[in-house]
Amino acid sequence: MMIYLPIAEVSVNLFLLLGLGALVGVLSGMFGVGGGFLITPLLFFVGIPPAVAVATSANQIVASSFSAMLAHLRRKTVDLRMGMVLLVGGLIGSAVGVMLFNHLKSMGQVELLVRLCYVVFLGVIGGLMLFESYRAIRRARRAGTPVYKRKQRNWVHALPFKMRFRTSGLYISSIPPVLVGMSVGLLAAIMGVGGGFIMVPAMIYILGMPTKVVIGTSLFQILFVTAFTTLLHATTNYTVDMALAVVLLVGGVIGAQLGTQIGLRMKAEQLRVLLAALVLVVCAKLGLDLLLQPSELYSVSTMDQL
Amino acid sequence: MRVLCSLLLLCLSFAAHAQQPREEVVLGLSQNRVSITADFDGSEILIFGAIKRETAIPEQPLEVIVTIAGPSEPLIVRRKDKRFGIWVNTDANQIDSAPSYYAVATSGPFNDVLRHTEDLRHKVSIARAIRSVGAPAEIGDSRAFTRALIRIRQDNSLFQLLEGAVEVDQQTLFRTSIALPANLTEGPYKTRIFLTRGGHVISQFETEIDVYKVGLERFLYNLSRSQPLIYGLLSLAIAIAAGWGASAAFRMLRQG
Repeated sequence: MMIYLPIAEVSVNLFLLLGLGALVGVLSGMFGVGGGFLITPLLFFVGIPPAVAVATSANQIVASSFSAMLAHLRRKTVDLRMGMVLLVGGLIGSAVGVMLFNHLKSMGQVELLVRLCYVVFLGVIGGLMLFESYRAIRRARRAGTPVYKRKQRNWVHALPFKMRFRTSGLYISSIPPVLVGMSVGLLAAIMGVGGGFIMVPAMIYILGMPTKVVIGTSLFQILFVTAFTTLLHATTNYTVDMALAVVLLVGGVIGAQLGTQIGLRMKAEQLRVLLAALVLVVCAKLGLDLLLQPSELYSVSTMDQL
Repeated sequence: MRVLCSLLLLCLSFAAHAQQPREEVVLGLSQNRVSITADFDGSEILIFGAIKRETAIPEQPLEVIVTIAGPSEPLIVRRKDKRFGIWVNTDANQIDSAPSYYAVATSGPFNDVLRHTEDLRHKVSIARAIRSVGAPAEIGDSRAFTRALIRIRQDNSLFQLLEGAVEVDQQTLFRTSIALPANLTEGPYKTRIFLTRGGHVISQFETEIDVYKVGLERFLYNLSRSQPLIYGLLSLAIAIAAGWGASAAFRMLRQG
């Protein structure tokens, strides 16, 4: 059964979209990731115009991060103060990102930018994850207990504008969190991702936040940044497709519950290797599209749409 | 005076008859409105008609051409080139105006049915339906861009040349069916019927088929353009409701 998407102005198989939503839902349930970095490229592959794919998946992430953040709020694992500081940076980054996006769109380079960002980020993240989990599996074989030590003092502590973050037990400058938030907001606007996969490592390794509040706080920031991005795309580009979003949501929420169940039955290391492999496959597909000569060198775009 | 008048009239009508036998199209359409609904998956339009004439059928065979053109708009065609090892859009050429959809159905091979000069005058063939005046100086081959546009749109069934798709019966009845693909833009679709003899257009007829989104599709599209902020907030509200609703529902399922 085909469904005509009013904003994308293409007709796509309804079950294909539902399946896509479910697949990403399963993955986000299994791995605890937002899934934005997968849903946007998958939407490219089924023929949704890139601008619509990016804007709509930002809307999609609002849904998945909202339910997850509620769970974290109940467990009190959200550092609201840190979240607000990250958010300030995030909103600035998102606004700059949408401006950059619109500028490149008028030059006809937005697809390239989005694809390049994906190839670089997916490649780096996938590679790091594979390497990490390989080390973890080897360490587990040696039966030694892994010892992570949080760095107590680094360059972050030497900067001005210090703030106290009680929930995280930190007393650090507010500049690094703002910068981290900004870069994530930028990525959210350009790539249509939540940016959790960048923010979580940055919070742990750069800001030195305790792991238990990292996920909840990043979800808090992601929720507001993606909501803001959705609004910006909706008002400047008119590229948020509500029909597409609803179909993906329906598939996504069912998939997420399924994924959580699967995730509970698998070992953490296995999960990470799988996720890393998946990320690298998507990255390779996008990368090959850039490297190999396309079968059609020309592309047509209207003045107001990609 | 009255005699003179009627004589003059007679002469005029003779003159008209001498130029071409009066033949007119009486047209029927299976539908003059195409509604894009949520499950729109393309549409087939049946175009049929008869030729009304007062004189005997001339010996030269009658040919029929049917064209349907979607709303025209300016376009940008971009070409990729290899830069730093990856394929990047480099050259761009503006097409002043091209129909979003264009189909030509004829009763015989296009070049036999219509002469080149007549094509120039009436802009019937796909290439003539596209208007591209100038190209930037740095692009020498602006025709390659126009050809690419035609190729891409033909691959998507947005441009169609259907030679021999019009059936003509006894030089009086004709019928053809033209497929509209799923990815249509809305607007009035100008439909033209040409009658030709020996490659010359002897009569033409014009009408419009309206293609519009209806129902929810129409509502969402209009809302997104006229009230983008409300549309954006509504999308967010749906997303939050879905996220919250799903987690609440599944929690209840697990507890209950």
